[in-house]
Amino acid sequence: MRRLFCFASVLLVFSVLGFIALSGCSSQTAKSANTITVWHWMTDRDPAFQELAKKYTQKTGIKVNFELYAPSDAYSQKVRAAAQGQTLPDIFGILGEKRDFASFIKAGHILNLTSYMEEGQGAWKNKFFSKALAVNEFSSGNIYGVNAGIYGAPIDVMAIEMLYNKDLFRELGLNPNRPPETFAEFIDIGKKIKEKNLQGLVSGWGELWMIDCLANDYAFNIMGKDKVIATIRGDVPYTDPDWIKVFTLFKEMRDSGVLVEGVVTMVNKTAEQLFASNKAVFAFNGSWCLNVYKGMNPKLSYGVMLPPKASQARPMSIWGGAGSSFMVNARSKNQEEAVKFLKWLTDKDQQVYLADTTFNLPSNKEALSKIPPILTEFADDVELSTHPNTWGVSEFPAVIETLDKGLQSIVIGEKTPEQVASEAQAVKERELAKKRR
Amino acid sequence: MKSSVYYKVKGVSINLLINLFLISVAITCIYPLLWMVSASFKTQETIFTDFSLIPRHFHFGNYARAWMEGGFGRNFLNSIFYTTSVVVGIIIISSMAAYGFSRLRFPGRNILFFIFMAAMMIPIPGSFVALYVLLNKLHLRNTPVGYILCMINVGLSTSIFLLKTFFDKMPKELEDAARIDGCSKLGIWWHVALPLAKPVLAVVIVFNALNVWNEYILALIIFDSRQYMPLQVALQTFQGEFVTNYPLLMAGLTITALPIIIVYLLMQKYIVKGVTAGALVG
Amino acid sequence: MRIKPTLENYTFVLPAVIIFSIFYIIPFFWVFQLGMYDWDGILPTKTFVGLANFTEIFLHDPSWWQAMWNATYITLIALIFQNALAFLLAWACDREIRAKNFYRVVFFIPPILSEIVVGMVWRFIINDVDGANMVNRLLVSVGLGNFAHNWLSDPKTALTTVALVHCWKGFGWGFLIFLAGLQTIPRELYEAARVDGANAWQAFRKVTVPLMIPVVVLVAILTVLGTMQAFVLIIGLVGGEFAGHTSVPVLRILASMRGSSRFGYACAQGITFGMVLVIISFIQYRFSKRARQIT
Repeated sequence: MRRLFCFASVLLVFSVLGFIALSGCSSQTAKSANTITVWHWMTDRDPAFQELAKKYTQKTGIKVNFELYAPSDAYSQKVRAAAQGQTLPDIFGILGEKRDFASFIKAGHILNLTSYMEEGQGAWKNKFFSKALAVNEFSSGNIYGVNAGIYGAPIDVMAIEMLYNKDLFRELGLNPNRPPETFAEFIDIGKKIKEKNLQGLVSGWGELWMIDCLANDYAFNIMGKDKVIATIRGDVPYTDPDWIKVFTLFKEMRDSGVLVEGVVTMVNKTAEQLFASNKAVFAFNGSWCLNVYKGMNPKLSYGVMLPPKASQARPMSIWGGAGSSFMVNARSKNQEEAVKFLKWLTDKDQQVYLADTTFNLPSNKEALSKIPPILTEFADDVELSTHPNTWGVSEFPAVIETLDKGLQSIVIGEKTPEQVASEAQAVKERELAKKRR
Repeated sequence: MKSSVYYKVKGVSINLLINLFLISVAITCIYPLLWMVSASFKTQETIFTDFSLIPRHFHFGNYARAWMEGGFGRNFLNSIFYTTSVVVGIIIISSMAAYGFSRLRFPGRNILFFIFMAAMMIPIPGSFVALYVLLNKLHLRNTPVGYILCMINVGLSTSIFLLKTFFDKMPKELEDAARIDGCSKLGIWWHVALPLAKPVLAVVIVFNALNVWNEYILALIIFDSRQYMPLQVALQTFQGEFVTNYPLLMAGLTITALPIIIVYLLMQKYIVKGVTAGALVG
Repeated sequence: MRIKPTLENYTFVLPAVIIFSIFYIIPFFWVFQLGMYDWDGILPTKTFVGLANFTEIFLHDPSWWQAMWNATYITLIALIFQNALAFLLAWACDREIRAKNFYRVVFFIPPILSEIVVGMVWRFIINDVDGANMVNRLLVSVGLGNFAHNWLSDPKTALTTVALVHCWKGFGWGFLIFLAGLQTIPRELYEAARVDGANAWQAFRKVTVPLMIPVVVLVAILTVLGTMQAFVLIIGLVGGEFAGHTSVPVLRILASMRGSSRFGYACAQGITFGMVLVIISFIQYRFSKRARQIT
């Protein structure tokens, strides 16, 4: 016993000393007018950010502290807690839906950047892809009751698309430069995949939002944006034949064998491993995956394609737009400096540097000409992209959840598309009734 | 009449069965550990293609990189500091309280104990935000003291519960003897009850050490500056939102698992030494 | 004169009570209060809704009760399987067997391992697609090929598989506490039983079992708490709620907090969940007192 306590106290004294010594030499990080603090969650971009911060200090003498807080779930809680304690830093990013973004603005945490964006005939604003800005924009008369304006600066854009493995395409006897364009072709490939005993489409459908994303793509393709938005408003029911058609696509995918078995319990990281190690023919994934594949298998030969069209009447559309954005704290004393830094960060040179080192698509249009070729394949499709945060309406979270879980059930053959449609509609009506009250 | 051979065979076969059972469970326990260590020597490219437990090429550099890139040096010390202070704090506070609940009489004893137990059961989902605001008001946010106090509170209820169960089980005669010898209540707690409770104290130490050592969410939320962050926070940076560096992650995980294994090795001999007359001398 | 010893007795629990009041009771009341508000966790204004959140949980939230049932199912498996395993192993290691020091160390590896590693390794062992599929190969080799399938993505087996992996991860704690408990049983009692002519089984029943009941209850309560609140491993193994088949209360609370930004509702769910756990544990505690009186 005594020995134990001895040991513990020696350890304690030792580490106290070490602790004091270590914190003693680095406690000069006190806040001053010349320091901007940035909170973010982007693990993969942290080294690049630190490098850029150094460059900025050399250039302007202003110190920029990038503080990384990962994983993103914990980061998101930290930002919310800091909002309650009014201790947010000068610049931060927020994670969540448009409605959360709006709440942060209404609580007075986020600076309206419109005037800075418009300065000099919109010099800053015009650098960005319009799709990237849309996510950070609130139009006048928006449903959230936020003053119209632009409230964030996008630092990159993303698009969620399909990828196919060119080597496996050859093995299947397909032309590796001609990915399927129609849903029927896609399903046919599924049959071939089954015959050859290969694995079909992998994706992180265990995490709900990726399955939601593909369903939305097809909803846009089959019924068009207006009808999707009418559904969210409550004017069109989910039991509409067009929606059933969307859900049925998932049943067809399942029946044809184009989906890998167990796709609904797959996390996206597993999906990425499989695709990177040449084990899956298709993947449904976001543009960040390029960086992942590059790390895991630099020799992987793959192409980017749009999800194959289910209807020829309308164009295919994909989820995309701003990937990550930074906001300026409306209560910060360093607002002006913070805005200046964001302007610099979204300039062409810095955007090219970020794209080169982290393989993310730049949000700055001018940077596009100088980025790696596989990235441009994604970038070409950004114009086709859409995102729920830009629609001006929000579906009830409970409805989204019912839909996504319903899609999972369809894929495991537990429920029919009609069942899922009526369940979603029931939840929708319940939520609408609650709102009216 | 069954011959002695029968009993011998029976004894041997039972022993064989027991050993077989133990070995098969042991294999499932060791395998993931070996897998982790072996993965930590591979590269991002080979980790999902080379499935053998002995990698074809050993990349020792992963450890150096994990240590450097994770900024492990300082975080490692921080974690040791937090873990020892929280564990020492919990051991003293919870063993006193458990002894009080088990042996001493005072009004409201049962109600207080019940409240502690209930606290163990009720997870408070929004507690991070509440703690943040609270620590902010107390000017303890972004300070090690605030974090340590929070973590002591986290382990308190379970530790009291564990210790009280064992105090209840212990024979009272030794304490009576000490009381007759003129020991104060604090003296009895320190000289008699604690040495008797060694095995369970060791369990409490391991339990809380593991808890504090693996904690990162609270630390991430209440600390702003990197200089205070524990090891687990550094580890999270290898596991990005999208890109995970698996070999570095595994090397980091192996490094972080080591101290806990050492604590366990140190403690487990107290767990199995048990209560013998000799223990009272210590 | 009587006041002084009482005060002295209070000093024993005082430090615990102080820390506890500040860092638990205050946040608890804050959360309890929020349970009666409609609040997204960000806005400075909250809307008081009384008990509406609680009535919604009890009357209009079937997914919550499905999650409750799933957690109960996992917990029942853990109570039976995990604790039986822990007790057997502790009992075996308490005896004079070869290499017991080795086993004592090895059995505590799973609790030490990170959930990330556990998830990856077990997916590798169980899964067809991304793994070595060892379980299925074993089944085929012993002629039970019909049973081989995707354990984690079949709604019928997903929850059970998750529960078994959870048991494997958690049995080390039970093992440790049981071992500590068995070690505190004085050897003389076994000697005395043997002198009285009891065989191994009788000694186990007459000496070990009665003395171990409080420890069994302790482990049972800790198992219930640990298992009801498990969720990290579930995310690691099946990515989340898997169409509701593997949803558990904590995942539901997180979904209300993050997915739908209903902070007030999440608080109400947390309180409801806690109350259920308190009731279960209280019953267990009572049951143990009864059991102790019988033996």
